[in-house]
Amino acid sequence: MSILVDRNTKVLCQGMTGAQGTFHTQQALDYGTQMVAGVTPGRGGTTHLDLDVYDTVDLALRDHEVDASVIYVPAAHAADAILESVYAGIPLIVCITEGVPTLDMVKVHAVLEGSDSMLVGPNCPGVITPGECKIGIMPGDIHRPGEVGIVSRSGTLTYVAVNQTVQHGMGQSTCIGIGGDPIHGMGFIECLALFEQDDATRGIILVGEIGGSAEELAAEYIQDKVSKPVVAYIAGATAPPGKRMGHAGAIISGGKGTAEQKYQALEKAGVATSRNPAELGALMHELLGR
Amino acid sequence: MNIHEYQAKAIFSRFRVPVLGSHLVRSGDNIEQFCESLDAQDWVAKAQVHAGGRGKAGGVVRAKSKKALASAINAMLDARLVTKQTDAAGLPVHAVLVEESVQIRRELYLALLVDRECGQVAIVASAEGGVDIEQVARQTPDRIITQWVHPGAGLQPSQVRTLAYALALGKDQVRQLQDILFALFELFVSCDCSLVEINPLIVNGEGRLIALDAKINVDDNALYRQQDIAGLHDATQGNRDEEEARELGLNYIKLGGSVGCIVNGAGLAMATMDLVKHHGGEPANFLDVGGATTQDRVAEAFKLVVRDTHVKAVLVNIFGGIVRCDLTAQGILDALQAISLQVPVIVLLQGTRAAEGRQLLENRHAHLRLANTLTEAAQLAIRHASA
Repeated sequence: MSILVDRNTKVLCQGMTGAQGTFHTQQALDYGTQMVAGVTPGRGGTTHLDLDVYDTVDLALRDHEVDASVIYVPAAHAADAILESVYAGIPLIVCITEGVPTLDMVKVHAVLEGSDSMLVGPNCPGVITPGECKIGIMPGDIHRPGEVGIVSRSGTLTYVAVNQTVQHGMGQSTCIGIGGDPIHGMGFIECLALFEQDDATRGIILVGEIGGSAEELAAEYIQDKVSKPVVAYIAGATAPPGKRMGHAGAIISGGKGTAEQKYQALEKAGVATSRNPAELGALMHELLGR
Repeated sequence: MNIHEYQAKAIFSRFRVPVLGSHLVRSGDNIEQFCESLDAQDWVAKAQVHAGGRGKAGGVVRAKSKKALASAINAMLDARLVTKQTDAAGLPVHAVLVEESVQIRRELYLALLVDRECGQVAIVASAEGGVDIEQVARQTPDRIITQWVHPGAGLQPSQVRTLAYALALGKDQVRQLQDILFALFELFVSCDCSLVEINPLIVNGEGRLIALDAKINVDDNALYRQQDIAGLHDATQGNRDEEEARELGLNYIKLGGSVGCIVNGAGLAMATMDLVKHHGGEPANFLDVGGATTQDRVAEAFKLVVRDTHVKAVLVNIFGGIVRCDLTAQGILDALQAISLQVPVIVLLQGTRAAEGRQLLENRHAHLRLANTLTEAAQLAIRHASA
């Protein structure tokens, strides 16, 4: 078992014929992901990477069963692409695109609330269930199937966490990069809820960073609802206030969103925190008693 | 992106948000001639810098004669203003906004911002204007009123009334606040703002609401469709190296320590800083070279990092994903050849083709040291930085 995606997940790619879309669709196919079709307005009726290309998501759905859509379209069109999939009723939408205007995401957020779709991202590496389905830009070969669920606001830091679990003889049930933007789709809480329900997941690694209060809210949720061991790391303990640390959402403003506040909230909730990003794997290994 | 008060007020005027009559004096203008041309006698000179706390730092001065005004402007222009929000060097003042002095009956606080937790634009108001609003939020949170605007419904008059009556405004001012808030919300959305702040919004002697200050931050991600605002960017208000990095598409923030950091990915870059600190060192910078770690970018990153004379060692931390470590290693070698490097460089390569990358770097450069783990990399870098 796993969460969100598995070997049966059928994936549509929006923006498949672009450079990013082409490269990562090929990578996903090589990994064994069931890519079923692509959408590029104006390119309908052609094929790309031996997959059918459609002008709209709606047209693609007439020919294919689709469980998830992955989006590689440029930032200026990303919100439109997300909404196209929401309106088409696709259950899982993964938006990799970086640099989406915040007010575009405000609109997307409002539409998502009344829909049955779940959004991962934008500005994220995507979702992977090792050995089964890779949706996004993460390097597939560093992953191993296993018992640790990973949820993170950062891309490369997720890979580091993955690497550490593998080095300690563990694997991952599913890894989700929720993205580094201030307004995004699924958050820590939704992912924690799914991991808690998932039989394959025995422990959870949560990688947060400075800015906002998502980690504090996650801490409250963990205290009330999560029985599995959780290891957490917050990036940016040494970040100066008022400076945007690469990610649009990684900023300490008005004295809020510091790593220390987040650590305190998580520790209060019984989460095993590590101030050292090199020890996430070791800590999880210890908690799982292996 | 930040813009100056005078630029924000020009945008306010365009959207019919009331501001005071004003003039802008720039470096090189004839100050005496300008002051002579004024009609009234009572003015306030405001230094234009990208930092708050100007009032207490001498950056806002009331002048009751033309002579006093001229000397206030002279003292500000082309000087550097140090406030509690700047570093010790302060920021250069290249323009001074001269506004009519005004009678102030009340000082309110008003801001529009994106509330990331609920994904909507929030309007925040307080009767405690003219002071540090963060302090009000900490000490008397009930003095702050918030309304959230659903993007589908838009701002509602009832929301304005909720705010206005909570601020104890008079009937006539409620109507004024309604005009101001609808204008500000339109401004916020059409200019892709992340923050619009008026502190204080005053009630003047005649009972008129006026924006005495104006602060606008624009979403960097939306600058591609806000070309006019993008053109307002004032590079002199930022750190020179940070500005240069911005133009190269690198994310660089100077921190002042001795261990320079070159990392791929924002999260990993922050984690690398944390790790250096965790082992007793001081990071010199945050630097994310981004996903496409090409040779050119690595070379530019090296140049930026070692230009900082505090840097005594450089820690390169790359987790190869789609970008393979062997290609990055080649980029590092080329970069080292392109610049003359005087400090040791500690390299940690992990992920895709890390072994091949390490092999490429083995014994290739006198200043290169290879590490096998995050901990070893940080410890090596700190040892070399303090040697």
